[in-house]
Amino acid sequence: MEIYLDNAATTQCYFEVAELVLKVMCEDYANPSSVHLKGMEAERYVKDGKAKLAHRLKVEPKEIIFTSGGTESDNLAILGGAFANQRRGKHLITTVIEHSGILKAMQHLEEVGFQVTYLPVDQDGIVDLQALQEALRLDTILVSIMHVNNEIGTIQPLEQIGTIIKDYNKQILFHSDGVQGFGKVPIYPKRVSLDLYSVSAHKFHGPKGIGFLYKNEKAKILPISYGGGQQGGFRAGTDNVPGIAGLVLAGEKMYQNMEVNKAHVWALKQGFIAGLQKIEDVRFHGDCVDPDKSVGHIISVGFKGVRSEVLLHALEEKKIFVSAGSACSSYSKKTSSVLAALSLPEGYQESTIRFSLSEFTTKEEIDVTLETLYNVIPMLRKFIAR
Amino acid sequence: MKQSFLIKYGEIGLKGKNRYLFEDALVRQIRYRLKNLSGAFHVHKAQGRIYVDCAEAYDFEEVVTGLQKVFGIVGVCPVYKTTDQGFDRLAEDVIAFVRETYGMSNHTFKVEARRSRKNYPLNSMEINCDLGGVILDAFPEMRVDVHNPDIMLHVEIREDIYIYAKIIPGLGGMPVGTNGKAMLLLSGGIDSPVAGYLIAKRGVSLEATYFHAPPYTSERAKEKVVDLARLIGAYAGPIKLNVVNFTDIQLEIYEKCPHEELTIIMRRYMMRIAEHFAGESKCLGLVTGESIGQVASQTMQSLLTTDAVCALPVYRPLIGFDKREIIEIAEKIDTYETSILPFEDCCTIFVAKHPVTKPRLERIEKSEIYLEETIDALVEKAIQTTEVIHVR
Repeated sequence: MEIYLDNAATTQCYFEVAELVLKVMCEDYANPSSVHLKGMEAERYVKDGKAKLAHRLKVEPKEIIFTSGGTESDNLAILGGAFANQRRGKHLITTVIEHSGILKAMQHLEEVGFQVTYLPVDQDGIVDLQALQEALRLDTILVSIMHVNNEIGTIQPLEQIGTIIKDYNKQILFHSDGVQGFGKVPIYPKRVSLDLYSVSAHKFHGPKGIGFLYKNEKAKILPISYGGGQQGGFRAGTDNVPGIAGLVLAGEKMYQNMEVNKAHVWALKQGFIAGLQKIEDVRFHGDCVDPDKSVGHIISVGFKGVRSEVLLHALEEKKIFVSAGSACSSYSKKTSSVLAALSLPEGYQESTIRFSLSEFTTKEEIDVTLETLYNVIPMLRKFIAR
Repeated sequence: MKQSFLIKYGEIGLKGKNRYLFEDALVRQIRYRLKNLSGAFHVHKAQGRIYVDCAEAYDFEEVVTGLQKVFGIVGVCPVYKTTDQGFDRLAEDVIAFVRETYGMSNHTFKVEARRSRKNYPLNSMEINCDLGGVILDAFPEMRVDVHNPDIMLHVEIREDIYIYAKIIPGLGGMPVGTNGKAMLLLSGGIDSPVAGYLIAKRGVSLEATYFHAPPYTSERAKEKVVDLARLIGAYAGPIKLNVVNFTDIQLEIYEKCPHEELTIIMRRYMMRIAEHFAGESKCLGLVTGESIGQVASQTMQSLLTTDAVCALPVYRPLIGFDKREIIEIAEKIDTYETSILPFEDCCTIFVAKHPVTKPRLERIEKSEIYLEETIDALVEKAIQTTEVIHVR
């Protein structure tokens, strides 16, 4: 049996979604920008898709911009937002626990003359609201704070954050990276004063290479790619119609089952945590008790003295697939900046595994994983570097 | 006129009666290298030379780059091959050759004719003079310089006539397969692929052994080693890679032996296992990427201690190289980028903070006594479960 507990890295595509993508590729393959009837039929996926997503988020269809995924949405929001508003100021605010799609874009802006404030988080990974209040300046033009953290699963209080920002200055753009939140946690961008919200389809059983950016009609951003004027001129390039169709169908399915899935995954998480507590010296990162403060599908656990990479490969031998920290960091040797921000006690920094679940995860899989950990952890602890 | 390549080889030319063995090996290696390129190639020996005749659509650059990866080739000369249809026709061909290769420009030149077919009506000196005149008439900008010409225009009168001017340098060395086979201890690092390359350059075929330690090293680390073997294989030909699961042996040593001796004892077991596979495949020596003093296990004392377990000679082509020099070669042969990918290899896990740098053989042997009861079975198991990957 293969047990896939790396759903925060990517998810298995829904079968119906894959079927629809295939159909669109093979049958409705016309360019949606073409003038003829066949082009119009392809365009319908784009139009209907925007309408459906807008309906779920309670925003306008024209406020949906399809992109290639989370990183592009983040880049478009941050770079496009900064360049469009730099006459009002050159200061941006973000947090130390953002995804690299945000942090690297911010670093790029610093290189070209912008200033960036990185907000700290508390021991549960929740952004320090006092620090946000103090960081706001007259020349602040954009604040980007993620919705759900990809490594530890904490949910940021976007509503309070939005109020603080907009009370200070309505013109400041408020962006949130919603890649781990969309479809799993209800979000209404306009109610929490969001101007920009990034989403990626492959995190909720859709295809890879497709995502979108919600952009409030009034928010001013500049495109970061230039060409044929697709997506209202904000994202040039032939629309990825099969991807869009797949994203929208996957999103619909997520929304239809959101409450059921949420309860299912939350129950699994609680059971998993209870089981893990039988192992000595484990630490759960982030708040794991309050369903308003963390999501059910991400569980970040430190096993004292066990190198996370080694545990990952030991689990892989039993066909259990997990991440050490976050999958995006497998190319660099650094300790994750999110875990560093939590100031973990001695022995836990390089010992964290992220288990991430989906609606397809079963109780049995969790039990097998627990059994495996009961066997593997003592063995690995026997051979730790002296 | 037809395109052909004249292959210049160095040391082989010095060989005596077994010279043909080296030439045949070189022909084989050239054929192997060109096998998957587009075009049709006829590789043949003629009058103490090796030629590659090209037909069909082929890519000049691709062929030259391919030939530049064959050990034993000192230079590759792009050649115009033409049949003898009288001097006037030869003159036309030479003019066309110069025009195509150099355009209209004011180079200095010298004609260097060789006439191995002695019934040709003109002798070498006459050909030099007459062709020189023809070129001067056709290209008024050009000047003759017999001492230091820009263009040395070779015209060889053999069965056919060959015209060439450029010599593109090759790698040198000896054709792979002319000097037996060796077992390379291949890690994921920078040094061992370079060591393999240098040994293969002397005509030695390679087989390799890699020590894998799951779950402490990952599948990606193994894949990286396969990629490295493939990169060396671009020069050394197909490589049989033995992937040994070393975890249990390593943990046993970790548990039973003094920690500061872990690495050196591990190295000794790696050598023993590599030597076992070397014996099975009739390899004549082991090859490692060690260089004196680079790390604790590569001091003179450590090398002596590891060598003590092997009956086969251990070749260490990098023994006197600095890291910087090794990296230069790794970059040249294109293994560097892969070598520096950040995956654990089994030498770095569990490593002691202060490993012994001057191990004494008697002490190490004494420490290994702690392993007596268990280790043979573990080594046997590691050998039995070794995965063989044919990298080509």
